[in-house]
Amino acid sequence: MFASLAGVLFDGFAYGMLLFLLSVGLSVTLGMMNFVNLAHCSFAMIGGYVAVTLVNSFGWPFLASLPIAFLAAALVSIVLERALYRRLYRATDLDQCLFTIGIVFISVAVAAYFYGTVQQPISTPPYLRGSVQLMGMSFAAYRLFLIVTALAIAALLVYALEYTRFGAQVRAAVDNQRMARGLGIDVDRAFAVTFALGGGLAGLGGALAIEMVGLDHAFAFTYLVYVLIVVAVGGLGSIGGSFAAAAVLGISDMAGKYYFPWLGAFLIYLVMVGILMWRPAGLFGKR
Amino acid sequence: MESASRHLEAQIRWRRLETVFWLCTLLPFVAAPAYLQLASQIAITALFALSLDLILGYAGIVSLGHAAYFGVGAYTAGLLAKDGWGEPLSGLLISGILAGLTGYATSHIIVRFRHLALIMLTLGLGLLLYEAANSASWLTGGADGLQGVRIRPLLEMFRFDLYGRTAYAYSLVVLFACFLVSRRIIHSPFGLALRGIRENALRMPAIGAPSRAHLRKVYSIAAILAGVAGALLAQTTETVSLEVLSFGRSADVLVILILGGAGRLYGGLLGAILYMVARDQFSGMNPQYWYFWIGLLLVAVVMFLPNGILGGLAKFLQRKS
Repeated sequence: MFASLAGVLFDGFAYGMLLFLLSVGLSVTLGMMNFVNLAHCSFAMIGGYVAVTLVNSFGWPFLASLPIAFLAAALVSIVLERALYRRLYRATDLDQCLFTIGIVFISVAVAAYFYGTVQQPISTPPYLRGSVQLMGMSFAAYRLFLIVTALAIAALLVYALEYTRFGAQVRAAVDNQRMARGLGIDVDRAFAVTFALGGGLAGLGGALAIEMVGLDHAFAFTYLVYVLIVVAVGGLGSIGGSFAAAAVLGISDMAGKYYFPWLGAFLIYLVMVGILMWRPAGLFGKR
Repeated sequence: MESASRHLEAQIRWRRLETVFWLCTLLPFVAAPAYLQLASQIAITALFALSLDLILGYAGIVSLGHAAYFGVGAYTAGLLAKDGWGEPLSGLLISGILAGLTGYATSHIIVRFRHLALIMLTLGLGLLLYEAANSASWLTGGADGLQGVRIRPLLEMFRFDLYGRTAYAYSLVVLFACFLVSRRIIHSPFGLALRGIRENALRMPAIGAPSRAHLRKVYSIAAILAGVAGALLAQTTETVSLEVLSFGRSADVLVILILGGAGRLYGGLLGAILYMVARDQFSGMNPQYWYFWIGLLLVAVVMFLPNGILGGLAKFLQRKS
């Protein structure tokens, strides 16, 4: 019983870290510009497909494909931001939602066109395949790797946001965009960089997700709901909030699937609706 | 006060173009008898879009989970018919009432939120109901859908035939009746108050309008209409599947309304006609590619036609005159 509980906690935490990578960029950009970007998971999908193509068609090692996945997703997101999204910052929630849902539809169709509708396989190096023995329990090596990566990225993000000049500008823009502009901060530039960073992290998350949850053309839709839950529950613009929300969501989803399989995703939605009704701005949200 | 009531009276007058439109809806009976099933589907979708228009176009409540009420109506009508209550009109009424009650219950949650939280809550409530229906397979048939729905002839005279003649006539009459009700509502002082809330949610309570009560009322009315649309679908097709509650249905009706033009009674109707006819024409196409064009259309509408086709037309005509 204890071993299975620890196993569920471990798997759930690893899953939560995946959700954290997928959603942290959306949380910060949404907090900054109030831009409801439902196409965030499309960037994750780009990262995933780039990694799959590099590993399977060009024989790259898995680890080397990860930075490229990050860069590709970041590049696409910054191009989209400069070309299209910036025109809609003043539009209504509804317009932003519709526009980005349109982008999701397009990306899903494009993925299906080029890669078909099957699950994409990816081969990970042998040292990430087995399991690691720790204190009499075995942990899947890949999930350990995922957790370590996500923790390192979270630490890096917190450092960048709390202790650098750029981070201070981003925080100022999240707190009060007009005031930040008044102080001479180039909010548009800060936003573009943050957006690219967030898109890149989603791309990295998408590449890392393949081994654990798989990748198919509908990825952008399947994980959209999860990412939105993390953002809405964690509160906008809060890295710590996203981290906590992602961990809670990952663990409760795993536990739900393990202990109450007949409930399906019901439990997750119930938790989300409950938390939103209790605190509409999210657990850690300020507004 | 005087001018306000005159403004309402001027709006409520029946225009010639509207009469032409409704006369055109009779055309399929003579011009395209092979497409009556499709026409009936269009009328049902149009009613669903009209119901979303009431809350989104007029009251400004963005919903990504409107299929919940459509589904409640469809399952109510389906279950009634399955258990031997196959009389369509009373089934329609009961379904509408039940969907309205569901809407009234959830409206207490809905009106307290705005922006992202509202979008997430409507999405969450819709998904919650979908999962509940999926789990309760003893009641809903789960993923297999509801089997054995038998509908009695309409008014004990008109059978629901294979060609859809009864189905279309029935759907069209119900759509027209619901349209008249909606038209009356939005041109009443209550409808004006709703538009006031949409434009400025803080100012309306400040001038003494009970804005939350208004929103609850219109949300319940919209839920009734959505439930009636769902019941129509269940009765005319004699099946109910989980799809009636799906996120896809909520998203589709939103696309339809935005495409036609929200906040203009005819927007949802026009959008439904265009969307359903196009989907029928391209039905040979892989659904994945169909959604590519829908996505492109959404992007284009938001960028270039912010008020939908009807909004664009109105602007074009205004500029000309």
